[in-house]
Amino acid sequence: MFDAPGPRFRRRVFWVSVVSVLVLLGLLALGLRQFAAGGQLDLVRWRPYLTWPVWRYLLGGLWSTVVAAFATGVLAMAGGLLLALRPNRFTRAYAEVMRTVPVLLLVYVMLFVLPSFGVNLPLFRKLVVPLALSHAASYAVIFRAGVSSVDPGQREAGLSLGMPDGAVTRFVVLPQAVRHMTPLLVTQAVSLLKDTSLGYVVSYTELLFNGRVLANYNGLLIQTFVVVAFIYLVVNLALSRLAHRLEAGRARTAR
Amino acid sequence: MSLVLEGFLNTVALTLLSFCAALLVGLVVAVLRIVPVPLLRGVGAVYVEVWRNIPLLAWLVLFVFGLPEVGVKMPLFWTAFTAIALYEAAFVAEALRSGVNSVAAGQGEAARALGLSFRQSLWHVILPQAGRRVVQPLANIAIALTMATALAGVVGVVDMTRAAQRINLELAQPLLVFTGVGLCYLVMAAGIGFGARVLERRLA
Repeated sequence: MFDAPGPRFRRRVFWVSVVSVLVLLGLLALGLRQFAAGGQLDLVRWRPYLTWPVWRYLLGGLWSTVVAAFATGVLAMAGGLLLALRPNRFTRAYAEVMRTVPVLLLVYVMLFVLPSFGVNLPLFRKLVVPLALSHAASYAVIFRAGVSSVDPGQREAGLSLGMPDGAVTRFVVLPQAVRHMTPLLVTQAVSLLKDTSLGYVVSYTELLFNGRVLANYNGLLIQTFVVVAFIYLVVNLALSRLAHRLEAGRARTAR
Repeated sequence: MSLVLEGFLNTVALTLLSFCAALLVGLVVAVLRIVPVPLLRGVGAVYVEVWRNIPLLAWLVLFVFGLPEVGVKMPLFWTAFTAIALYEAAFVAEALRSGVNSVAAGQGEAARALGLSFRQSLWHVILPQAGRRVVQPLANIAIALTMATALAGVVGVVDMTRAAQRINLELAQPLLVFTGVGLCYLVMAAGIGFGARVLERRLA
């Protein structure tokens, strides 16, 4: 959106950079001073996070997070496929409702409503079932977009070659649709992984809940949750990079 | 009954206020991400990646329980507001940026060729065209934000979801209470969707 900069413009960019570095450093110093004043930067408060037992506990939480996200993903994709393949009034209403009702409300239904009807699921399912119900709608949208992104000429070509309808869907449309969808599926995985932090509410021992337990135990609230947030950041950033890489690859192969 | 009203009003207020704030912050971040200064672009990218890749609940916990420990004391509602607004701002920034990117590159080049400056081409050529393309993505973010405010209930703000859970303890009418609250969210989302369609038609 801008041309290659000339000398005058480059000088201006330089000065803007200098000023913004100063402003950023100033903000950082202000923040650090606020933290230091509360004693939050003392080494004593951070040292536990250099020891293995603490990390083992948190990484154990991360493992549970990944397990829950994986189980949810499988269930939600199956549900999403069902929804996407049968577009009728019911499935559309379902998707619309799930797009607007908070997952937390569904979790509360699992926690407080179903037990009064004699359905008391184990903790893991109390987290996974509502997440899967909600994410199935998102997956349905992704699948539908993926299928409709395939040129209709592809299907027509397959049919004109005498392939049966099911075969056209399976061997011509779906492979191309999957290639188009892959980046979106990875992005959805990030949002799923983030949503498993509702384990905090259900008391399922995932990363955020383990953080709470740890903070209650050692009283290092800020440090614990900063480390937990950092773990989330690293994992999700890796996934986002993957999505980016796939997107770039797709842009190269598609014409 | 007053609990219902309090919860409903809190949810509506939290949604409206944090969406407006998220629009402002998101606009600033989006501009940072497209200016010709590499350093500022980096700052914008870091903001988006950091906020987007950490769960909102983790941010809320960190803000609500962490800020008082470093001497920043705010009412609970406003702490939740800050966390939600800053979180959604990352999504707003991305929506705005992809709106700007969706305007054909030739438009920007034509503006430059006519001698418009960066600011002029952004303001008079790119943004008006990007404007109507971002209405729908922004409406989706607003709906997601409505849902996100439910998480504020977990850290103690009495929002609609939290109120439902509390009333349920007293009334023991779970089906009625939770369906009612679900309907409220549906109505809010329908309102946002309607507003977005009207706005889109006005901008088209």
